Amino acid sequence: MDARGLRCPLPVIRLAESAKGLPAGTELTVLSTDPAVKLDVPAWCRMRGHEHVTTREHTDDWTGWAVTVRLG
Amino acid sequence: MSHATPGTPDRVHLDNGGRAPWHPLARQAFEQALADGWADPRRLHAEGRRAVRLLDGAREAVAAVLGARTQEVHLTPSHTASLHSAVASAAAARRRAGGTVVASAVERAAVLHAARAAGELSTVPADRLGRVDADAMVSAVRAPGVALAALQHANGEVGTVQPVEAVHEAARAAGVPLLVDAGASVGHVAVPQDWDLLAADPADWGGPAGVGVLAVRQRVRTAAVGPEDEDPWAPGGVSVPLAFAAAVALQAVEADRAEQEARRRALVDRLRAQVARIPDVEVVGDPDDRLPHVATFSFLYVDGEALVTELDRHGFAVGSGSACTASTLEPSHVLAAMGVLTHGNVRIALDRATTADEVDRFCEVLPDAVARVREMLGVGGL
Repeated sequence: MDARGLRCPLPVIRLAESAKGLPAGTELTVLSTDPAVKLDVPAWCRMRGHEHVTTREHTDDWTGWAVTVRLG
Repeated sequence: MSHATPGTPDRVHLDNGGRAPWHPLARQAFEQALADGWADPRRLHAEGRRAVRLLDGAREAVAAVLGARTQEVHLTPSHTASLHSAVASAAAARRRAGGTVVASAVERAAVLHAARAAGELSTVPADRLGRVDADAMVSAVRAPGVALAALQHANGEVGTVQPVEAVHEAARAAGVPLLVDAGASVGHVAVPQDWDLLAADPADWGGPAGVGVLAVRQRVRTAAVGPEDEDPWAPGGVSVPLAFAAAVALQAVEADRAEQEARRRALVDRLRAQVARIPDVEVVGDPDDRLPHVATFSFLYVDGEALVTELDRHGFAVGSGSACTASTLEPSHVLAAMGVLTHGNVRIALDRATTADEVDRFCEVLPDAVARVREMLGVGGL
């Protein structure tokens, strides 16, 4: 799920769209250049019953974050 | 009809944190002080003496409300300036003890910036409600090398009251001075008494912007860090009319504070309950141990900037801590430290003049405004 260049709340919305219809247990990773994803993806997981797995910072070829969730 | 924005009765101003409309008595006091106290209070002639009398009177009145001695109260150019000077000068005076400034993660940005500039910042985390971990702060304060500790009385963004008493007790035992930022609470709740340095904000209590209040207990050592001046807390001196108006406003809001506190607490409880019924919302901050006039919430899948604009179009002025409403594009560090949703954030601070009818009208308009912004983003069914 590439949400790079999008500003809040669009990365979370794109993530929610991708998650729609996927079975529980599926892992999804969203790539984002918006610092709010670090906070808003875990909050979305809490509100929607998903699990926040990891948040990794990218500093090499692009600057931003890769946030992985497991759908509940 | 609101007093908040005179001349525009259809506007409802609900963004009164840190910049409330002037109390009517503050206006009167300002005009009087313009006539009588326009001169430089440092001069020895009759006009100067009249100005210095007003200035001394202002400090005395502020001291009485804060529970401080008059000579402990300093007037500064702004609340931000108070916090910067307090951190810099208290830390500088304890350089031999160490260079660490312990501060909560939800302190005002000015405190965090000043702490980093003064030495090494050691931050203490807050929980999901925005409350600082008192045990963690107590341990941090007891650690070796701590010059100063800073803890707000209550958080102005989310309303949560902090464990100032417990932290002050530990700080005192460790010989570390505690700076209490009461900028969001003085004039709204009882003034805390557990502090070594206390900063309060006239613009927040219905006085003017352009003047700040910093009280420093006589036992606390400070070192001058600014330019050399007769008044190190306000180089060049403060404006006498602003200081006088600030003091009169503080006396006025203290006179019926308990009544205003109860009235606004009931309105905020009603507002928080109504907002909680809107789908996919996080109502932020402690539900009980909180400021009486502040309410904050974050709506999932909502663009904070779009929501502020949509509400403005309907006559309601609100604040926001969302990244898209900040020039830095970073979300509020307070919401971040709490781990709550940062987008779609709305901050309400009720003024003393805010009526129940205005809050009810806001509660009527808000659900549709949220729905419209969600519709624009096409998030139905997510």
